[in-house]
Amino acid sequence: MTAQPTPVTPAPSPRRASRVRRGDGRAALRYLIPAGVVLLALLVYPIYQLVVISLYDYGQPQASGAAPLVFLGLDNYAKLLSDPRFWDVLVTTIVFAGVCVAGTVLVGTALAVLAGRARRIPRTLLFLAALGAWATPTIAGSYVWLFLFDQDFGLVNEVFAGLGFGGMHGHSWTFDRYSAFGLVAGEIIWCSFPFVMVTMYAGITAIPREVVEAASLDGASARRTATSVLLPILRPILTIATIQSIIWDFKVFTQIYVMTNGGGVAGQNLVLNVYAYQKAFAGEEYGLGAAIGVVMTVLLLLITALYVRAQRGVR
Amino acid sequence: MTIRRTVVVAALGALAIACAPPQASNDSPRQTASAGGTVGATTGELRVWLFQEPTNAPKEAVVTEARAEFEKAHPGVTVNVEYLPVDTRASRFNGAFNDPASAPDVAEFGNTDLAGYTASNGFAELTADVKAWPDGKDLVPSVLDTAKVDGRTYGIPWYTGTRALYYRTDVFDELDLKPPKTLKELTETARRIRAAKPDLYGIATGGKSQYSFLPYIWANGGDVAKQDGDTWKSTIDAKQARAGLTQYAELLHDDICPPSACAQLTGSQSVAAFAGGKAGMVIGGDFNRAAIDAGAVKGKYAVVPLPGTKSGSIAPAFAGGNLLGVFRSSDRYTLSLEFVELLGGKKYQEKMFGAMGNMPTFADVQNRVAKSDEFLAPFIRTAQAGTRFVPSTPAWTKIDAAGVLPTAVQQIATGQLDVDAATSAAATQMNEDFGS
Repeated sequence: MTAQPTPVTPAPSPRRASRVRRGDGRAALRYLIPAGVVLLALLVYPIYQLVVISLYDYGQPQASGAAPLVFLGLDNYAKLLSDPRFWDVLVTTIVFAGVCVAGTVLVGTALAVLAGRARRIPRTLLFLAALGAWATPTIAGSYVWLFLFDQDFGLVNEVFAGLGFGGMHGHSWTFDRYSAFGLVAGEIIWCSFPFVMVTMYAGITAIPREVVEAASLDGASARRTATSVLLPILRPILTIATIQSIIWDFKVFTQIYVMTNGGGVAGQNLVLNVYAYQKAFAGEEYGLGAAIGVVMTVLLLLITALYVRAQRGVR
Repeated sequence: MTIRRTVVVAALGALAIACAPPQASNDSPRQTASAGGTVGATTGELRVWLFQEPTNAPKEAVVTEARAEFEKAHPGVTVNVEYLPVDTRASRFNGAFNDPASAPDVAEFGNTDLAGYTASNGFAELTADVKAWPDGKDLVPSVLDTAKVDGRTYGIPWYTGTRALYYRTDVFDELDLKPPKTLKELTETARRIRAAKPDLYGIATGGKSQYSFLPYIWANGGDVAKQDGDTWKSTIDAKQARAGLTQYAELLHDDICPPSACAQLTGSQSVAAFAGGKAGMVIGGDFNRAAIDAGAVKGKYAVVPLPGTKSGSIAPAFAGGNLLGVFRSSDRYTLSLEFVELLGGKKYQEKMFGAMGNMPTFADVQNRVAKSDEFLAPFIRTAQAGTRFVPSTPAWTKIDAAGVLPTAVQQIATGQLDVDAATSAAATQMNEDFGS
């Protein structure tokens, strides 16, 4: 309690000012300690272990002490980066995440705008539906989608066949690479648009009416109001929602693993996280898997850094 | 600034190198393979891991009986059995190897996992004890081979599983078909079934049904890999293996089993399709009988051995099955061994057959049960005609986990690659994993 920031007096002496500042710093440090300890234990230490493991030839025999540890340095990374398969999967992951993010943000924003204009009851229904999708556990959601699109017994094929598209009878949605990715992307957008929608809706309702009114008094068209007034105000929120979506969709695992049965026919639907899982745990090459994890972490940190910079630019 | 940065980088580097990743200490007492003599404590708790079956009650009944008999013969011993789900076994076993204090004394495990477990020093060597065991001499040699790595025995085969060809008797009668005598005939028969009944797969089989396509490779004289001294070398790109895969891939065509439905099928999914009445034939195991009888085709099927390339020959089957072994970290070696010999012995194998239908691993017990149950005859003929196994090296765990062979079959079936390209890629990947 001694380090409470004291009210700044109108004309503090230079010495006193620096003492206050130092006191502030200490107080801040003390407030940060609990969060810092948690972060250190749950984030920094695991990442440290991940990096260390990625420098060794570390498989199951090494973990159980049956084989000696061999320090490889950066060999795991060299092996990974020289593997065309890795680059293939990386590009796939980026494109797939891009599509999912674009879809999520578009659908979420569109529905947020819609919710802003709808009457109370339709709006409540929309929110209930969105929250239902949001609350569905990932595995359950994936299986429900799989059942809907099942080759033999799925509702979707039956509806298509009933509408006269006889060719859809027995159509497999997961056989073709892009069709399978499309199906998974649909599920991901379905379960992640509510976050964007709720965030954007909060942003839209927080815009003061006077601003919009002023714009329309100045003769701005609805389109002009949207692009020159509303969008700039919403930009920070939109950026947060987008970055969050990028991070989530880049790390997608469950949907791909469940819906394409572990990576699709001949591994055509692998994304980075599933690939790392197969290398690290199924193949018991923990060192190589850790290297993939480190690469992913670095990529995501880069995206986050871009985000922080973008935020600074806004202010 | 530059100096400071260098120091920081150097410090971080030192930190990374100085602190190696965790390793379990592996200096627990080594069990020597000397027969006779008591090793370890002879009283206390004996912890046993067995697999959880879809219908576990009959298995539990037999195991409980064995447990009671064992506890009666060994005063002061309690046997504690835990049933593990098969799907998540890897994390349990790896955890036990990493932390010997939490490991059980005895475990049931799949014979394809053995090489990997051995590389982790997971199980005690039983070579001399199995040799000295009176029941041991009746073990079918090719089945006992599945319990060996580099000539050393690490477990007692508890039961074996063999696959053969199930076919629909009603469909065959209606279309006036005979069970195929060669693999080539099988393809033609399957094609005729689908032509006459387009809602049936000629044979339900898939890109992921590894133990259905391995017999094709073996029947054509090929193999997955060849041991050469200490290393293994892939032979999946050899002429015979390619011939086998080509023949198998013919089944994954629209006129037999359309790739859009079948490319992803695993062995048990294929069996499920057959059981549901969606297929004319399937390559299934004796252990699949309950699943098939629970389906729509109960009483409408028969089984023959999967034919080879020549009329009258049998395609070598994969020798699947589970072993009973003693954990290397156990400090009750002799007690554990005695329990394994009781539960894995003739008496309880026969009881397990009665309860679960598990095929025994002793030749004399096999013949005895074959007489009592005609259904088993084709499987036992297949088993006794000689079975084959996957490479017994830990690298196989990686190859299997990465699905190298199923991927090749899927690439061929979907037309992404031709047989030569797909098998060459698979061979490269396998050789990399073998480290040769």
